[in-house]
Amino acid sequence: MAEASAITDEMRAAIGKEWEPFTVEVDKTAVRMFARAVGYTDLIYYDEDYAKSKGYRSLPCPMGFVGHPIHRPDRSSRPAYVMPFKTSYKRVLNGGTDFEYYEPICAGDVLTATTKVVDMTERTGGMGPMLFITSDTIYKNQQGRAVAKFRGTLIQY
Amino acid sequence: MSQVYFEDVQESQEIPTLTEKCTSQRLVMWAAGSGDFYQIHYDKDFAQGNNLPDRITHGALKHALLGRLLHEWVGDGGRVKKVACQYRGMDMVNEDVICHGLVKRKFQEGGENLVELEVWTETPQGQKTTPGTAVVALPARGV
Repeated sequence: MAEASAITDEMRAAIGKEWEPFTVEVDKTAVRMFARAVGYTDLIYYDEDYAKSKGYRSLPCPMGFVGHPIHRPDRSSRPAYVMPFKTSYKRVLNGGTDFEYYEPICAGDVLTATTKVVDMTERTGGMGPMLFITSDTIYKNQQGRAVAKFRGTLIQY
Repeated sequence: MSQVYFEDVQESQEIPTLTEKCTSQRLVMWAAGSGDFYQIHYDKDFAQGNNLPDRITHGALKHALLGRLLHEWVGDGGRVKKVACQYRGMDMVNEDVICHGLVKRKFQEGGENLVELEVWTETPQGQKTTPGTAVVALPARGV
């Protein structure tokens, strides 16, 4: 007999529904910290005059960086890997990262990010039943132009 | 950094690899730089309490290293447009992450010279832990 689906009506209803947008800020120190962590030596990520000489408005974001959400200790912020619905799974893994870049994001930009779940798929693997949740986040800059799209895959098991 | 041009690229060509040792210091720098403070990446006791042999390299750091591989290949005149990868296997702390790229297709679209690549990371034992795909735009020499 086939196992009952762990995808509840509440979960299914969440597919396609946009979460409340959040704001991310991009600043120079954050760009440098990220670029150092990845081991970049290209000065466009460290020296603003050099970045400008290469045609950027300020330090551009290295791949994988789109600024940081604004942290406030007086407000609980939901980590990106916590879904706005309950599931029966106990553990979570990062399944994958997919970034598309439409135009450069630079220090000084303030982005508005909007996320929605686009797919849920159940599979059985080496760790037993697993749920793959795919969600898309669109980042728009202060001019309202989409600058990047993030597609993340979370594995609950 | 010498510039690679669209005309120079051949399908099935491998691009120069990038090797980065993911020391505990690098993982801590990544935690701070990315804002991912999950303890399995820097606290050995915590990692072992979660049935892991030791601390593991962040998946998103491997994704970012694939981005750096491509950025360093395309040079000042090129641009990375897409980097996508799946986290299929673990990389342990203090091990090399070896980043690879293989040209799958070159094409022109919307006035851009685009190259689609297969990208992946390997462990020192040759296990592909992070397979993915990427798209970059390259300048042309012109005629």
